[in-house]
Amino acid sequence: MEIYDILFWVLSAIAVSCALGVILSRNPVNSVMFLILTFFAISGHYILMNAQFLAVVNIIVYAGAIMVLFLFVIMLMNLNADVEPQKGQLVQLAGVISGGILFLVILAGIKSAKPEIMDKTSTDIGLITNLGRVLFTKYVLPFEISSVLFLSAMIGAIVIGKKEETKDPDAKAERVN
Amino acid sequence: MLLLQIDTALIIEKALLIIVILLGSLGIAMYATWGERKVAAIMQDRIGPNRAGPFGLFQPLADGLKLFFKEEIIPDGSTRFIFILGPCLAMLTATMTSAVIPWAPDFVTPGGHVFSFQVADINIGILFVFGVVSLGVYGVMLGGWASNNKFSLLSSIRAASQAISYELAMGISLIALLMMTGSLSLREIVAQQHGFWSDGYFTWNFFKQPLGFIIFFTCSFAELNRAPFDLPECESELNMGYHQEYSSMKLGFYLFSEYINLFVSSVILSTLFFGGYNFPFMDQVAGMVHPLLYSLICVMVLLTKAVMIILFVMAVRWTLPRFRYDQLMKLGWKSLIPLALFNMLVTGAVILWTMKK
Repeated sequence: MEIYDILFWVLSAIAVSCALGVILSRNPVNSVMFLILTFFAISGHYILMNAQFLAVVNIIVYAGAIMVLFLFVIMLMNLNADVEPQKGQLVQLAGVISGGILFLVILAGIKSAKPEIMDKTSTDIGLITNLGRVLFTKYVLPFEISSVLFLSAMIGAIVIGKKEETKDPDAKAERVN
Repeated sequence: MLLLQIDTALIIEKALLIIVILLGSLGIAMYATWGERKVAAIMQDRIGPNRAGPFGLFQPLADGLKLFFKEEIIPDGSTRFIFILGPCLAMLTATMTSAVIPWAPDFVTPGGHVFSFQVADINIGILFVFGVVSLGVYGVMLGGWASNNKFSLLSSIRAASQAISYELAMGISLIALLMMTGSLSLREIVAQQHGFWSDGYFTWNFFKQPLGFIIFFTCSFAELNRAPFDLPECESELNMGYHQEYSSMKLGFYLFSEYINLFVSSVILSTLFFGGYNFPFMDQVAGMVHPLLYSLICVMVLLTKAVMIILFVMAVRWTLPRFRYDQLMKLGWKSLIPLALFNMLVTGAVILWTMKK
């Protein structure tokens, strides 16, 4: 086996086992940490494909910002394994059914997909120059539309988070933050 | 494929370089604690540490020994694994950033072998730094949460929100710089600032991006949890903040990682804005001295710049009072981010205008 294959299998094993850890661990903080490890493994895959920019952005955005916010919320709510209420039988059944349906959809998707073997020799597409060129020429419309989508999501979050008008201007600024 | 060509000589060379850089940054961080006390003493008209060795120079060793010999306490109510993981993560992220810093220009041996004074020249160097910095907050957050102490929890929540808020302004102020350099590789950015003066203007980015520098510098104070933004550990509100429950070397790791961060971020600041290892008349100097000596001079120049920044940061700590938490957030979101956006727009406009000419 080449070193490329060895790294690929090791990273895949880490990614899958950590992803299982996310859903199997009782403590939400442990789940978050497993999810961070999963992101690292996925970044490793990006690096194997010579897409360093994607790898680092994956770390910065997901592991560095979004997971920090997750952890933040979990800490504020002080969720713990012992405090967590046990779900009723009906909820568990519903969870199993909906999860199973999702699993079927994914399985069908994988079965009908035609797997393409990645060409290891010409993988410069992930480098930042090529990525930028593609994003701002071929995919410029979807790119701009997705940025508008993010903006509207942000405004929506602010609107939802905003309480009724208060007299204190400082308190308002605090909430927007 | 790069990964397939494993070269033992290269690995040994890089391993040596890593060890030297690691020991160097540990040593400098050690003496930064001494420097902090001396600066504080001078600012407050005191003498400072002067008992251990000449000028108190052995004080850091004494402190380290003291921390080693303290009793190690893990509180009963803590989440044990994460409690230990916290300081380890803080230390790990602090020492990782130095991997992409170019310490000196390439040194070519008489045999034609090129020795690079940079552990890894990845083409997204500055983003790697950002990635590691954004992970740095986990050490504080997890440690504070695992301590099972209200003060620690409050402090870690403060640290997280502060880090995320100031990372934004930091990133935007950096975009303006990157638009000018056109490269994310630190090696490239330093090479563009060669010398000090060319084509009728300064080459250092500080003179091209003064506003960007001020924003970046302010944000780095917040990222480093340094005064005036040291809210996660402000003793008047939170006792000792996130290291309330820590003792012995685990506390030492937290304190020490902060000083390593201070050193590394000063090096990165001088690399980005003050020309890195470049200095005026470097070409003339290169012609006069042995190449190895020239490389060493370059390293020394970079370290001198970093030490100047460290001293400045320390002086600021004893000059400015601590911000209130809402003031901190207001400064970050209402002043620094709009200012950084403005800087980015102006830079973009100027670049477009000069390109048209």
